[in-house]
Amino acid sequence: MFYALKIATRYLTANKAQTALLVTGVAVGVFIFIFMSALIGGLAEFILSRTVGDISHITIEAETADPALLISPEGHVLVVAERGRTRTASLAEAATWLPLIEAVPGVRAVSPQITGAGFLMRGAQVSQVSVTGVAPGRESAIIDLDGYMVAGDVRLGSGLIVLGGDLADDLALSVGQTLRLQSSNGVTATLTLSGIFETGNGGMDGASGFVSLSTARTLFSMPQGVTRIEIKLFDLNAADATALRIRALTGLDAVPWTDGAEQLMEALNAQAQTGYFLKTFALITIVIGVASALLLSTYRRRPEIGIMRAMGAGRGFVIFVFVMQGALIGLMGGIMGAALGYLSLLPFPSRDAFEPGTLPMDIMQGSYGLAITLTVIGAILASILPARSAARVDPVTAIGQ
Amino acid sequence: MSALLEVRDLFKTYGTSEAATRVLRGLSLRLEVGEMAALLGPSGSGKSTLLTILGTLMKPTSGSYVMLGQDMITADDKALTDFRNAHIGFVFQFHNLLPDFTALENVIFPTAVREGRETPAARARGRDLLTRMGLADRIEFPSANLSGGQKQRVAVARALMNSPELVLADEPTGNLDRASAMQVMDLIDQINREEGTTFLISTHDEKIAGFCRRQIVVGDGVVTG
Repeated sequence: MFYALKIATRYLTANKAQTALLVTGVAVGVFIFIFMSALIGGLAEFILSRTVGDISHITIEAETADPALLISPEGHVLVVAERGRTRTASLAEAATWLPLIEAVPGVRAVSPQITGAGFLMRGAQVSQVSVTGVAPGRESAIIDLDGYMVAGDVRLGSGLIVLGGDLADDLALSVGQTLRLQSSNGVTATLTLSGIFETGNGGMDGASGFVSLSTARTLFSMPQGVTRIEIKLFDLNAADATALRIRALTGLDAVPWTDGAEQLMEALNAQAQTGYFLKTFALITIVIGVASALLLSTYRRRPEIGIMRAMGAGRGFVIFVFVMQGALIGLMGGIMGAALGYLSLLPFPSRDAFEPGTLPMDIMQGSYGLAITLTVIGAILASILPARSAARVDPVTAIGQ
Repeated sequence: MSALLEVRDLFKTYGTSEAATRVLRGLSLRLEVGEMAALLGPSGSGKSTLLTILGTLMKPTSGSYVMLGQDMITADDKALTDFRNAHIGFVFQFHNLLPDFTALENVIFPTAVREGRETPAARARGRDLLTRMGLADRIEFPSANLSGGQKQRVAVARALMNSPELVLADEPTGNLDRASAMQVMDLIDQINREEGTTFLISTHDEKIAGFCRRQIVVGDGVVTG
């Protein structure tokens, strides 16, 4: 069918202005498709990074065990067992699980933690604080604490604490000053403020503090184990699958971030569907444009089609000539639109550098290959009707025109 | 001489019921291999309809048509298309070349469409035919830039490309000046004599008919002479 391809190419090049206009129309449709893909994808990425970017993607928490029954269950005694409220549940064998979890594909960082509540005291001032003990070197494994530091540094050593900016302001604290922290277990420690962070999250900046894991062990009377393990993934969309894998591997109750984030997921899905609609409309525009242009071409070339049929060209040959025209228009328009889309997205900041006030375009989510493929398929489908119409041309009538 | 084609009791009616127009009314005809025949008759006598049916571009309402031993009435569209490509050449009054193609590309079209590509052999034959038509210096010319006489000679070359047994020509010189018309007819006559190709030429022009050794007169839908 090389010859049909040659004729299709010749027809397209015979009227360069018309073909250029048609290809440009297709390219604009593809450009809109790519622009919308980058915008919707970038927006979703932006929202996710702002909402769940600084949280654990998978969390394993110690389950509070019921107290053991000392009465034999064979007796006729009614027992009411109340779950302990003061004892802190722990993952005693966390050290065993950590290397296994770190080896799971897709896992970027693992942070064993001891968490608890306490009171910060400085002079007569007292503030409630949520304390997280993290292992040395893993301070920024989950939340980018290092990036949020506004004073001091994130280094957590023995006797050091890092606080949120609002909390430090409430207590009129500055880096290097000392304060007392009393844990919910009643243990009090004197700590030095080594750094202040501001995440922009009011709850976190006003009531959170980070200490070293060893300091947390003392504060919460936990000589071994941890209360939770937080896991960060390379792809937060893989949280569900990775959580299942970790659960199967360790038997621990690994909970992905998507549990309890139904509203966010619904919003993102609604946004994605809006994008699908817009992209579908762009494709429909392409299909209608190509179909109408080729129908016109079919009508204009009726006498030539009649001659071809008289000279022995079969209906299949004629169909192929017009379908190839559609495919070539789709391919050229697709590549041109994809190139335009890519070039127009270059000036936008990368996904890691989104700034307030700029459109969160993600050049990596332009769906270039998909746009070209769908455009070629759409253009081929659009050309079938004109091609069939061309194949039905009666050579006798057409030659007489 | 042996029969190239034979039609019997051909009827062709256009339209239906009250609007029906009966163009052929039981026409019978036999053409021998290597004949050079003129098809004469007044306008509306059915000459063009007969050529269209003989060219397998249209089927009669009734009647039989056998060419080279094959039944043209029962054959399907694909079989007729392939048969036409291999055995029948056409020359139309208005040349009907493909305007976006060169003279050579127009000439080799019937072979290229059969082979699926323009083979070197086809190109060589196309050049040879155009040279015989006196168009050696117009081979790569866009057909749209040729004169009327040149276009018609290209059309004759195209009709001969696949070495068909039959060439049907419908007023091939009707759109040409006298000198060009004579030039085209000389070429047709030469090919008929040298290669034995059968020609059936529809014409109103007695001088053109004079080139042919047989005159077939059609009137009122039948052969009258």
